[in-house]
Amino acid sequence: MKSESEFGGSVSVVGHGFEHAGRVSNDIKKTLLAKGIPEGIVRRVSVVIFEVEVNIISYAETGIIKYQVLPDSIIIEATDQGQGIADIELAQQEGYSTADDKIREMGFGAGMGLSNIKKFSDVFEIKSDVGKGTYVRSVINIDGKKDHRG
Amino acid sequence: MNLDFFVEKLELQCKCCWENLRREVAGGYVGDLLSDVIANSNSGDIWVTRQVHQNIVAVATLKEHAGIIIIQGVQPEKETIEKAAKEGMPIMVSSLPAFEMVGKIYNLMHST
Amino acid sequence: MKLAEIKDILDAEIIVATPNQLEIDIKTAFGADLMSDVLGHARSGCLLITGLTTPQGVRTAYALDIAAIVFCRGKWPLPQSIEIARELGIPLLSTKYIMFETCGRLFEEGIIGCIREICVGDSICEI
Repeated sequence: MKSESEFGGSVSVVGHGFEHAGRVSNDIKKTLLAKGIPEGIVRRVSVVIFEVEVNIISYAETGIIKYQVLPDSIIIEATDQGQGIADIELAQQEGYSTADDKIREMGFGAGMGLSNIKKFSDVFEIKSDVGKGTYVRSVINIDGKKDHRG
Repeated sequence: MNLDFFVEKLELQCKCCWENLRREVAGGYVGDLLSDVIANSNSGDIWVTRQVHQNIVAVATLKEHAGIIIIQGVQPEKETIEKAAKEGMPIMVSSLPAFEMVGKIYNLMHST
Repeated sequence: MKLAEIKDILDAEIIVATPNQLEIDIKTAFGADLMSDVLGHARSGCLLITGLTTPQGVRTAYALDIAAIVFCRGKWPLPQSIEIARELGIPLLSTKYIMFETCGRLFEEGIIGCIREICVGDSICEI
């Protein structure tokens, strides 16, 4: 049975809807602040969700972002059935981008998305198949210490 | 003031076209939205940007910039340096964020 | 310095800001058009200087608790962006100066950039 300190949600993200980029991140942030999650942790969660949201919008027709708040950590999972990533190691390199000019003119495509997610996560996992989609999992520990298993 | 002056004062790392560091700098522009840079920057500007793909060389060449400074410690792509070398467009790199870099350039321009 | 003083230094117009918000104290600034840079490097409480007028800019500012946004190059945000800023409580200003001039003027007045060490290895990056 979940305790009061455990809660979560799941939101769909529509691809190509740049005008909504960040809305899911902002909405979840409001929820977390209302539940008393510390500001610094909320900011990290906001960045991670923002970046997975932008990736879905940029590269997929649709995707889902799930988040789960546990007593000692927040888990974020993003799944899409988009174009997938050909070279995952390269994609995580800061500055490497596959964005087109349209994405750049929107203010994204700096090649920082995955590296930002990794930077603010205590545990980071990514799986992808070209033509099938991508799955990203981020765990943020509420006590702020790095999980050495990650 | 030429590019060399800024390279020295701001400890920039130059990646190519060192022979063109003697170019005069007329002004400065900072921005990452290429259509905006094309519309609003001027000939002789030193362009500060975070973009690293080779399109920046085309834009800087089109607008006759003095040179490009890439900030935030990001490295330009290999193709970008190659294209810059062909066009004779100096590319310089710094680990500073845009605000600090521009502030310092502005200061130097206004103090001489 | 207060947001009101920044407004004067930049000869800026207020798009959305309450009198209380003009009293906010700002010490740092971040200039960028690319929002991933803001997400990755800006600090909470800073002033965002940008030419990006779309809602994503405002939403990025909210994600990081950025204190206020100044649109440079005489840009005016889209109506949707203004509505979102009102809803999220983020003050917006607009200055005719280009980003270069905007950053330069504020730097001369003592505003500093959001410099912090890049987090490497096991260290956690605080925002």
